[in-house]
Amino acid sequence: MSAITQTSILEGRSGTFARLSDFFWRNPKILLFLMLAPPLLWLGIIYLGSLFALLLQSFFSIDEFSGLINYEFTLDTYRQLLIPSNFDIILRTVVMAALVTLASAVIAFPIAYYAARYARGKWKALFYLGVMLPLWSSYLVKVYAWKLILAKEGIFTWFLAKLHLTWLLDAWLSLPVVGGNSLSISYTGTFIVFVYVWMPFMILPIQAALERVPGNLIEASADLGGNPAQTFRHVLFPLALPGIIAGSIFTFSLTLGDYIIPQIIGSSRLFIGQAVYAQQGTAGNIPLAAAFTVVPIVIMGFYLWMAKKQGAFDAL
Amino acid sequence: MTTAVLFDKVSRHFGSVRAVDSVDLAVVEGEFFAMLGPSGSGKTTCLRLMAGFEQPTGGHIEIFGETAEGVPPYRRNVNTVFQDYALFPHLSILENVAYGLMVKGVGKEERLKAAEDALAMVKLPGYGTRRPGQLSGGQRQRVALARALVNRPRVLLLDEPLGALDLKLREQMQEELKTLQKSLGITFVFVTHDQGEALSMADRVAVFNDGRIQQLGTPEEVYKRPQTRFVADFVGSSNVLSPAFVKSLGYPARYASLRPEALSLGGGTGDVTGERKRVTGTVVATSFLGAANRVTVEAGGGTRIAAMVPASEALPEQGSGVTLSFAAHDLHLMDEAA
Amino acid sequence: MRSDRSASAPMGLKIAAAAGLLFLHVPILLIFLYAFTTEEKSYQFPPPGYTLKWLAVAWDRPDVWAALGLSVRVASIATAVALVLGTLCAAAVSQTRFFGRETISLLVILPIALPGIITGIALRSAFSFAEIPFSFWTIVLGHATFCVVVVYNNAVARFRRVSGSLIEASMDLGADGFQTFRYVILPNIGTALLAGGMLAFALSFDEVIVTTFTAGQQQTLPIWMLEELVRPRQRPVTNVVAMLVVLVTLLPILAAYYLTREGDQVAGAGK
Repeated sequence: MSAITQTSILEGRSGTFARLSDFFWRNPKILLFLMLAPPLLWLGIIYLGSLFALLLQSFFSIDEFSGLINYEFTLDTYRQLLIPSNFDIILRTVVMAALVTLASAVIAFPIAYYAARYARGKWKALFYLGVMLPLWSSYLVKVYAWKLILAKEGIFTWFLAKLHLTWLLDAWLSLPVVGGNSLSISYTGTFIVFVYVWMPFMILPIQAALERVPGNLIEASADLGGNPAQTFRHVLFPLALPGIIAGSIFTFSLTLGDYIIPQIIGSSRLFIGQAVYAQQGTAGNIPLAAAFTVVPIVIMGFYLWMAKKQGAFDAL
Repeated sequence: MTTAVLFDKVSRHFGSVRAVDSVDLAVVEGEFFAMLGPSGSGKTTCLRLMAGFEQPTGGHIEIFGETAEGVPPYRRNVNTVFQDYALFPHLSILENVAYGLMVKGVGKEERLKAAEDALAMVKLPGYGTRRPGQLSGGQRQRVALARALVNRPRVLLLDEPLGALDLKLREQMQEELKTLQKSLGITFVFVTHDQGEALSMADRVAVFNDGRIQQLGTPEEVYKRPQTRFVADFVGSSNVLSPAFVKSLGYPARYASLRPEALSLGGGTGDVTGERKRVTGTVVATSFLGAANRVTVEAGGGTRIAAMVPASEALPEQGSGVTLSFAAHDLHLMDEAA
Repeated sequence: MRSDRSASAPMGLKIAAAAGLLFLHVPILLIFLYAFTTEEKSYQFPPPGYTLKWLAVAWDRPDVWAALGLSVRVASIATAVALVLGTLCAAAVSQTRFFGRETISLLVILPIALPGIITGIALRSAFSFAEIPFSFWTIVLGHATFCVVVVYNNAVARFRRVSGSLIEASMDLGADGFQTFRYVILPNIGTALLAGGMLAFALSFDEVIVTTFTAGQQQTLPIWMLEELVRPRQRPVTNVVAMLVVLVTLLPILAAYYLTREGDQVAGAGK
């Protein structure tokens, strides 16, 4: 370590890579541009371009006689959304999405709360996997599993019969709107499957939000004489709210756009996704299909804007 | 005397923030140079300018006479010990130390041998197979030092390298660094916000504030003859006296600094020689500091003066009137007038 | 929430959390049971008997093999594309402070934040507008678009740890940009990229909604399953395939978890 190299500015390696390296070091903006260009071209042109083209089509109309698209600007297609049969579809979907979101939050909260506050070490990892595995398992398989469960001769019926509660199921199925011939062809069935499939997306954001809450805050509330209900209402719930909103972005959006669950488990009444699918497929009415897709985009745009104002993105 | 690092009116502005503002300095080859200042004073930016992580927005930098602007960090024969050590977590200690030689294309056997030697030099022989995560803070600091020194840089930059260590370890490392620097003869540029560290280790100290050098000199000069109120206050917590008060003592009306240990209780008799100045006032606070006590005296006109008195002397009561005295030449008049 | 290590949860909370987890897992486990039932025509429970013969029957079905093969090929290429695009994007976003970072994050998340049917129909109408015939590549294109976000989320989390002083340390020690990438950045983000790739693979392997719009006549495994759900032909074979799909997606998820557990978590919200 005694001999000291006598130059203070080194020669540097030779070759293309070294020259390129120097070039990028002197022009970091060019490097940034080269890194951003491929993903932005892909997402910006292919994805946003398609999306934009789709939205554009909603301002065209379809010629009722020829079935061809009439490329003239019109709001007629949007007017069609408001006719009762179409408007019912929108209303039905939004109500379902809201109910699914609510139910998901209620079921997800205890799991997230337990994982955030009580689970430690091995249990914490187990909880995490316990949420991740169902979240990532095959969507179709999950739907299929519920077809097995809710079918007339399936597990649920068998289970209730064992408990001598068949009368309860029959009473529920005889109710208007939520009832039906069997659970697998009723709104109730659709609702259960929606909750099952999208609920895991609610757990992790709530857990993340709760993990940021110091535990002594809850003790402080209990210390100050707050009973559990008050502690929940005034301390836990407000703190978990950004997480709930972040999770609800997924549950709400995914329910709004789904067309497979109501097709496989549900009554024959349509949801937005099914209407879009039918309009672009069998009916061949792309403008109306496009107009239908604008509904979830607008709702989600509004929702994301609200969520951002509430700071929910930090909990993602 | 060769100049190792030269700053000629160097500025680094981030938008409207003048992190470094027209700084001139010359680090001499082989010296231990400290850059001292509070956070945000520009000392770390100066270090990063030397390393090449930042480019000046104005001025000129030379390293051993060669222009350094526009030269990337990887082509400067200058190495850095980072504040957080920045050891590569995916490499073993030996691979960490050998990294610089590896990227320069030194053969495997040769570079591992050199890395072993460097580890031995920082008193960590045989630690090569471990991972950074398995070492203590002090050990990681030594590895960072070995990793930089194995490249035989002409200048070693140290960015608050002792900041994360506890007091005892820090004092030990201060001595070791000093010894190492003397034996290697490499120029060290050391950034710290700890004035004690700067004074005890450095050959020369540059005191930074607001992106400018307030004073540059030997530790003794900076400590005993601060040129500005900031330096007097930051280095050694001197009493800074207002021009009016200084005038009342019979000096020109300028700001002055007076070190607490220059003051003694009472009028100053016995073996004390030379002219002495006296200040009377009321004791407002006393505190026990171990080897000495600090007595704070209100001397009228809102001037408070702190004096260090040996623990052997009796402490005056709070609220009692006392006389403090000091040798006339201990009061240091600063350049600043009003 | 880390202060009280010793406190135990109230009984009500324990029951609610356990019930919630059971609700998540029992239906998937049932799939395994049904793969071995002797009952062919209905979903009778409990199964009247158990048999292994459906494994053999499914094994001999060429349509299952064709669908599986297509799914694996699509997922592999979509994952490769997503790895490149997601890593580039994450590197750009985390290594520099430039305006519009938020916009880019939003753009990457959009394909999964908007309902899949919108992505699907948008791509479909764009294909027909540009007169691109449906093919293997149209499926890949759709899948890669929504897989980018998974890689991106994993990579961004890891880049945050690597960025800054490690890169400076490498350059300080004499490594130029390419050497720093090869010797410091890549080894540190490698496992995160592998995890992101695994998750992207699982996501693509399982995707059905966008695929129905971009696939034309070809059948990926999920499309095959969807057909069987809507128009059942041989239920026990569907059961076996369902079990297979669960297993195939399980492995990459577990692998991704083990690759990233010491440190950042798998970006679960990124599905």
